Amino acid sequence: MSEVIATNQTILVVGGGIAGMTAALEAAECGKQVILVEKNPSVGGRVGQLYKYFPKLCHPKCGLEINLRRMKANRNLRLLTMTEVTAVTGEAGNYQVSLRTQPRYVTENCTACGECARAVEAEFDNEHNFGLGKRKGAYLPYSLAYPMRYVLDPRIIGTDDATRAKEACKYDAIDLDMQPQETQITVGAIIWATGWRPYDAARIQPYGYDRFANVITSVEFERMADPHGPTGGKLLRPSDGKEAKNVAFIQCAGSRDRNHLKHCSRICCMATLKQTTYLRDKYGDDFKASVYYIDIRAIDRIDDFYQKVRADENVSFIKSKVASITEDRETGNPVLNGVDTEGYHRYSNPHDLVVLAIGMEPSVPAGEFPVDVVLNEEGFVQQDEANGAFFAAGCSSDALDVNRAVQNATASALRAIQVVNRVAGTEV
Amino acid sequence: MSEAKIGAYICKGCGLGDRLDTSQLVTIAEREGKAAIAREHDFLCSEAGVQMIRDDIANEGVNRVVIAACSRRAKTDAFDFDGVCINRTNLREGVIWVRPDTDEDRETTQEMAADYVRMGCAEIKHMNPPTPNEKTDASSRILVVGGGISGMTAALEAARAGYPVTLVEKSGQLGGVAAELVKRVPERAPYADPEDTGVAALAAEIEANELIEVCLNSTLARTSGAPGCFSADIATESGTTRTENFGAIIQASGFKPYDASQLPELGYGKTPDVVDQMGLEALVRAAGDGPVKRPSDGKEVERVLFVQCAGQRSQKEGHLPYCSGHCCLTSIKQAMYFKDRNRDIDTEILYTDLRTPGAPGEDFYRSGQQKGITFVKGVVEDVASSGNGAKVKYKDIILDETIERDVDLVVLATGMVPNSGVDIEAVSAPNVEGAEDDAGDNGGDSVEIPVESILNLTYRQGKDIPQLKYGFTDSHFICFPYESRRTGIYATGPVRRPMDMMSAIEDATGAALKAIQAVENAKLGRAAHPRSGDLSFPSFRKEGCTQCKRCTVECPFGAIDEDEQRYPQFNESRCRRCGTCMGACPVRVISFENYSVDTVGQQIKNVDIPDEFDEKPRILVLACENDAYPALDMAAQSGQQYSQWARVIPVRCLGSVNTIWVTDALNSGYDGVVLMGCQKGENYQCHFVKGSEMAHYRMSKIDDTLSQLNLEKERVATYEVAITDIERAPGLINEMAETIDKIGMSPFKF
Repeated sequence: MSEVIATNQTILVVGGGIAGMTAALEAAECGKQVILVEKNPSVGGRVGQLYKYFPKLCHPKCGLEINLRRMKANRNLRLLTMTEVTAVTGEAGNYQVSLRTQPRYVTENCTACGECARAVEAEFDNEHNFGLGKRKGAYLPYSLAYPMRYVLDPRIIGTDDATRAKEACKYDAIDLDMQPQETQITVGAIIWATGWRPYDAARIQPYGYDRFANVITSVEFERMADPHGPTGGKLLRPSDGKEAKNVAFIQCAGSRDRNHLKHCSRICCMATLKQTTYLRDKYGDDFKASVYYIDIRAIDRIDDFYQKVRADENVSFIKSKVASITEDRETGNPVLNGVDTEGYHRYSNPHDLVVLAIGMEPSVPAGEFPVDVVLNEEGFVQQDEANGAFFAAGCSSDALDVNRAVQNATASALRAIQVVNRVAGTEV
Repeated sequence: MSEAKIGAYICKGCGLGDRLDTSQLVTIAEREGKAAIAREHDFLCSEAGVQMIRDDIANEGVNRVVIAACSRRAKTDAFDFDGVCINRTNLREGVIWVRPDTDEDRETTQEMAADYVRMGCAEIKHMNPPTPNEKTDASSRILVVGGGISGMTAALEAARAGYPVTLVEKSGQLGGVAAELVKRVPERAPYADPEDTGVAALAAEIEANELIEVCLNSTLARTSGAPGCFSADIATESGTTRTENFGAIIQASGFKPYDASQLPELGYGKTPDVVDQMGLEALVRAAGDGPVKRPSDGKEVERVLFVQCAGQRSQKEGHLPYCSGHCCLTSIKQAMYFKDRNRDIDTEILYTDLRTPGAPGEDFYRSGQQKGITFVKGVVEDVASSGNGAKVKYKDIILDETIERDVDLVVLATGMVPNSGVDIEAVSAPNVEGAEDDAGDNGGDSVEIPVESILNLTYRQGKDIPQLKYGFTDSHFICFPYESRRTGIYATGPVRRPMDMMSAIEDATGAALKAIQAVENAKLGRAAHPRSGDLSFPSFRKEGCTQCKRCTVECPFGAIDEDEQRYPQFNESRCRRCGTCMGACPVRVISFENYSVDTVGQQIKNVDIPDEFDEKPRILVLACENDAYPALDMAAQSGQQYSQWARVIPVRCLGSVNTIWVTDALNSGYDGVVLMGCQKGENYQCHFVKGSEMAHYRMSKIDDTLSQLNLEKERVATYEVAITDIERAPGLINEMAETIDKIGMSPFKF
């Protein structure tokens, strides 16, 4: 890695998902020096795992490609992948930040020709697909991965596979001796955009995510719907690989619940509405979607998307917090038990597949931040003067959809610019 | 600019050397491509390979570089040279990865590669490196229109970054709707109680800030110019006008509360005891610290019912089809006005979906429950009144029964109506067909406009920002929410999308950044999003121009005006560099330094067209560089194949495709043409909003040309392609190859 140059007029952005990319690009396009660190081998974050966006049903990769183009074209922006922040000291306008970069074992010589992947035999769970399906021990994380450079899974280092990968590479791009690298930099402001992770569904015990094969999460369903995902776009029951046509969606799975996440995760209602359109796209009239909900939160102008889905006769809405899920042993069907609060009717409904509209929780739990920071009870970073020039962007600040994450990231970029301009004493 | 000197560099890495006769490609670059220097390299993107190119630039005067290697989307870090034009001839993703490695295919694969080298050299010959057109006199001052929460926030945040601001407010005071509120929904944890609105503090901070100038009782009488050099006439109520220059504009013109008198079915107008949310704020304000009294007779309110979604989320005529986003939280806040005064006051919120998102929303909702607010899922059936209070009949959806309640006060949670000025597209739909005929008529100006304009732009396409839906001025609202269709003018707050105060503050801060960015881009002569940093800009050859106005009408960003003689006036910093004007021009006088009718036309011309009896058709593919082209790249990456007859040229936007390219291709013996743009229409995905739509419109007329040429209309196909169409995009090319198989070769081979 070439030397990282940063000063107290540099803005550090932590996290290369849509919020971090946006904050970094917006600041860089204002002429600021920006370092963007991402802990994974490529940028894109959760957005790279989505098949479609609500409500336009367009493809996230389209906007991602534009952002990658912006990134490639901008010399003010330096991207460090496989890198995490380990410590932060100092104050607004003058932070010392320690970074740790994990070895990729693949250098900038890589042309992404793919020979190493062909040579390697070992396979691992594909994290891009939430463990559905496998990938090789030498891999490109996904089709739009940037940097467009392969990565070796550390688990093959020291095995014959590593040697095979190295021998297959004609460009001397594989360096098996690469070590973790520590870097110290000085920056003026920090934008924290580490995003969210799906709540651990197994902890919602009555829903049996850890016991019933045909209870999955919304993020897994999303990967399944993607024609380039683990099932080639087929919506299959994990138990027997049959097509799932009668699908239940359980809203607020983990959200708005004192035992789990107190907050509303905001995106899950729209995500479910979107996912019912996947069923219609695949099966035409031959499907049934049942949405078990408390409130449908299709907020603001995009409420019309809800109206459209509501008009679909194959989609029904049941106002109910599902009490429990059991399994019909014979068919493998999950059976949802609860009370439809509209008129108080008890139900016991079998479905082919249950999708838990899983809540979002901050990726970085309270107590694991590299610096003292004011959080709210839910673990999101507060806008607080005590945080100095440490600004949250995107889902580090609240449960947000993409549009609001971008909006918030753009605002955070300005807050960081205000600090570095003060440091520079810029007179416009 | 010194004379063009082409260096062509053929990479042998990634299997190119094994699959292709690269020495033949070198010869082609030299002999046909007129490259002064042509070299092969085993591993062009390596340090040594890149250094070889650098040396040729430094020592041999090479100023046009053809890199015949991988896709333009790969290895961008390595192939990054200053001050020269670069062509990325795509032999890897574009040739060897999409063709089988068999002996019988070797010849056609080589022909494909050879054509791409010819095309690369032809393109670069006609490219010039764009010269930065720096504007040192560009204004850094930001104009904020509207002095509500959004406008005040934008002004203050821009000033905090060091930029001078002029804030223009129509009324006599700052604060907008927020100034009329007693308290606001809390923005800070634990999100339990209503907070001070913060309006007074914000206004005081603005007044104290030396960088901010506030113009009250003022509006914009006229706005012209472009980012870096906007000129605005600020007119005061007293009749004085002054003109000032600005670098960028933030439109924070806010919203009007929906007119509740359109809701007699909810009792509004039947009794003064039915109020809207703003009406309740006024009542509570009037009450001071004392009990809130009902307007009809001054009796203390003991029972109050809030009706959510009043005239909203409804398809009924005159109602708002959307949700205003803030009203659930606002009603909870307003119920707390009562509960915080007296816990015994009965407050009931009637809703269908309670929308209190995120941590702040849900915590506030919970606090409302703890304070004893009753939440009922239900729908109003009737509101009757004999003058004092109201009798409300509603269906309780949970209990499944109709309930009648006598209440002192009914509060209707009505929605937000954006204050977005003139709907320029409704006033004057861009009339592409009639563009030549409406001479003398200056766009929408002659039509009577019932709505007051906010910006009074002198732009050819109309006075205000184009709207997206329901009167909101949004654009690419998921990925790039700030990008309006007027460069350097950013809408923020509820004029852009319904939103609560917390969102508006975030939104306004982001808009301030975009305004600052527009100023900085304008200073350097760089394009704004999505071709950020692009230094090229369109110019036109005046002698050839027929003043047809197609370019001024079709520009998706309203960047082009007309001068007194009706020649186009390109406003460089308003231009987004999509090239739609270039595609529109029937006489082909518009070009960019590095993207022109020639840079593409010459590529088309330089493809080798074998004669009819060789049975080697040629298919021209013009692909949007943002979506279709990456889709083809990814197809190659995943092992898909497509026809060896295809010759793919990436275009900035399908809107930049001039029909001359298509007719020239057909005239010179191509057998088919495939155009791939982005989704158009309501859910458009075109990054230039209208480019793809314009292209589809133009191509719908191509049938006439085809019949004149006596060619089958199947020879030209236009598609909407998404970046994820990794199987479909190659499939469309193959379909064209099959079509040609069926209908036969073009008779135009010479």
